[in-house]
Amino acid sequence: MFEGWDAVVLARAQFAFTMSFHIVFPAFSIGLASYLAVLEALWLATKREVYINLFNYWLKIFAVAFGMGVVSGIVMSYQFGTNWSSFADKTGPVIGPMMAYEVLTAFFLEAGFLGVMLFGLERVGPRLHFVATLMVAIGTLISAFWILSANSWMQTPTGHAVNADGQFVAADWLKVIFNPSFPYRLVHMVLAAYLTTSLVVGGVGAWHLLRDQHLAGPRVMFSMAMWMATLVAPIQILAGDQHGLNTLEHQPAKVMAMEGHYQSHKDGAPLILFGWPDQRDAKVKYAIEVPKLSSLILKHSLDAPLAGLDTVPRENWPPVPITFWAFRVMVGLGFLILGLGLFSLLMRWRGMMYQSQLLHRFAVLMGPAGFIAVLAGWITTETGRQPFTVYGLLRTTDSVSPLAAPAVGSSLVAFIIVYFAVFTAGVIYILRLMAQPPHPGEQGPTKDLPARAAGITPAAGAAVGGAR
Amino acid sequence: MSYAVDLTTIWAFIIAFAVFVYVVMDGFDLGLGILFPLFPQKADRDVIMNTVAPVWDGNETWLVLGGGGMMAAFPLAYAVLMPALYTPMIAMLLGLVFRGVAFEFRWRTQKARNKWDLAFAGGSLVATLAQGIALGAILQGIHVEGRHYAGGWWDWLTPFSVLTGIALVIGYALLGATWLVMKTEGELRDRAYHLSWMLLVAMLCAIGAVSIATPFLAVQYTQRWFAWPNIILTAPVPIAVAAVTALLLRALSNKNDHQPFFLTLGLFALSYAGLGISMYPYIVPQSITIWQAASPANSQIFMLFGVSILVPLILGYTAWAYWVFRGKVRPGHGYH
Repeated sequence: MFEGWDAVVLARAQFAFTMSFHIVFPAFSIGLASYLAVLEALWLATKREVYINLFNYWLKIFAVAFGMGVVSGIVMSYQFGTNWSSFADKTGPVIGPMMAYEVLTAFFLEAGFLGVMLFGLERVGPRLHFVATLMVAIGTLISAFWILSANSWMQTPTGHAVNADGQFVAADWLKVIFNPSFPYRLVHMVLAAYLTTSLVVGGVGAWHLLRDQHLAGPRVMFSMAMWMATLVAPIQILAGDQHGLNTLEHQPAKVMAMEGHYQSHKDGAPLILFGWPDQRDAKVKYAIEVPKLSSLILKHSLDAPLAGLDTVPRENWPPVPITFWAFRVMVGLGFLILGLGLFSLLMRWRGMMYQSQLLHRFAVLMGPAGFIAVLAGWITTETGRQPFTVYGLLRTTDSVSPLAAPAVGSSLVAFIIVYFAVFTAGVIYILRLMAQPPHPGEQGPTKDLPARAAGITPAAGAAVGGAR
Repeated sequence: MSYAVDLTTIWAFIIAFAVFVYVVMDGFDLGLGILFPLFPQKADRDVIMNTVAPVWDGNETWLVLGGGGMMAAFPLAYAVLMPALYTPMIAMLLGLVFRGVAFEFRWRTQKARNKWDLAFAGGSLVATLAQGIALGAILQGIHVEGRHYAGGWWDWLTPFSVLTGIALVIGYALLGATWLVMKTEGELRDRAYHLSWMLLVAMLCAIGAVSIATPFLAVQYTQRWFAWPNIILTAPVPIAVAAVTALLLRALSNKNDHQPFFLTLGLFALSYAGLGISMYPYIVPQSITIWQAASPANSQIFMLFGVSILVPLILGYTAWAYWVFRGKVRPGHGYH
């Protein structure tokens, strides 16, 4: 099997597949961990029961999603070695320490406090439990910091040198970590995670409001989620625009691919709204375009000249069709999210927030939009930086392991089968939890678990058993 | 560059430490999965699962540190070993996927619970077997040319690597059984005692078999262990194994709660030390030393800064999490 296949293509397919499955879970759990911390803080501050009910409701969902994020994440940390060993050898001295710091500052923090967060409320009391929730939430953000820094260094490498063995080594760690695209990518991704979570929470709230608009829990979560979407969507569009301008400065070929600009334009480049990029003929067929708008967006001047891929050697071209379309999916969803936020603001102003079925239907429909936008965004940025793993310095074809196609192909098939089986089940369990509205007296994950005895002595165990 | 040499040795110990902590923490955890089929009752399984549910995630994080740390501190070794161990590594990762999700999934379904129990048991077994096989494959030597692995994708499979794979399954199962002795009570604990006896005998056979087979793999191992004057330094290891075994037998006879688990960890520590004696200073036996594989000093220093502050902190809050969930786990009430 797989004789005659290209091992590089198979390795790329495997990374894209395992990464796409993985990214969905952290994108959700970064936002959800923060939301849980907010809910618990509100409960501690107001003692209103609705907040602890919502906390326990979302905690069960968090537990399932987080577990899937962990196991798919362990796979990622070994993919660099198994399928990309030349990359690992060459960039290990730079990328490795950043990932080691991610493990030390983030993964351990999350994992260490997760058990207490999930099962420990009665054992440690509400205040210490809140600390645990906060640690998990902070851990997810620190994790985003390091992994996005590592990714950004691969996109816009700075602060490095090359040693005698051909390895990248750090010359200045601060320049490595705070490389030019990092701040933009970090802000864009963390906001994306928050938006993704707010759309899921809002979608679930709306789903239950469509059945009964008087439910307290769904009302609170829907309102909170819509505030989040309303406030963050415009900021995200602004952040995305800034990120794009940063990319134009450091990775112009990526922006050319996103825009579908095969040709250079001397006096104002058109904005191609839709079309069919043809890589072989190097032009966008059936293009619908607005004259000079691209120059206005990217250069803030209608007549500004804009270079196209004709200024880039052909062997350095990214695959334009994928980059072009993924970018449009992301931007399109971004504006739909903005629309949802504005619509909810209108309904809120009119006092129809919990009554408008149109709004609720729209919100349910947009529930998964964040995930699709995140995936589309990552596809844009990762295909747009091809054919390099370290931009301009290390080609993807020089990064792979010395493995024959059958080995890479077989493991790819194994990942596809296992991931679809396992994660389909996980998504079904999450949807089942979401299909139930939060109940008064909602219990966290402990409800399903046997009571634990506290302490060593039977008496203490009996006391906790009695307290339940 | 004498300070760089020292740094590299320090890093070899740090990575060895991370891998050992992983073995200590995830060993019993995987062992519970291996023993799962021997406890068919749902009530027992719930208890077994709950003895580790709050901490399994932290346990596996040490594996990520071992992998990530190795890429950072010894990128060449990471780049050579991972393709050489391709199949066992992928098998281990897929096994860990199955067993990891089972912790949450089995509580979310009535109908398919048995399926997730099977995933937990099968995933644990496959992951352990793969780790043991990987160890054997490293010990028997890896074909390296230049900076790349140059063997085939089935080189790892030999009678020796299968032996180390089975040995690790037995070892983790023993850790799991003695963990249950410590964390459960009543009939479940009695059965765990019984299993501990049998598994201890099997583990001693396995340690013996691997110890006898290793010197035959390469003449360097024989010299390392038996040549004069090395033997003065290496002889205490088997003597200590005998002493710990005697203590372990006594603890099992006395039906002690905690000692069997910690003494088994002692056996693991000694076996691990023996492994270190065999391998040092190679990180890929007979071809790449720790110095050849090492990252430049500024990468090692940058990480050493973080490790020396953060690892004690991590050990601290991990210990706290174990403390919060200390004591025996009992079957619950109010669910079925």
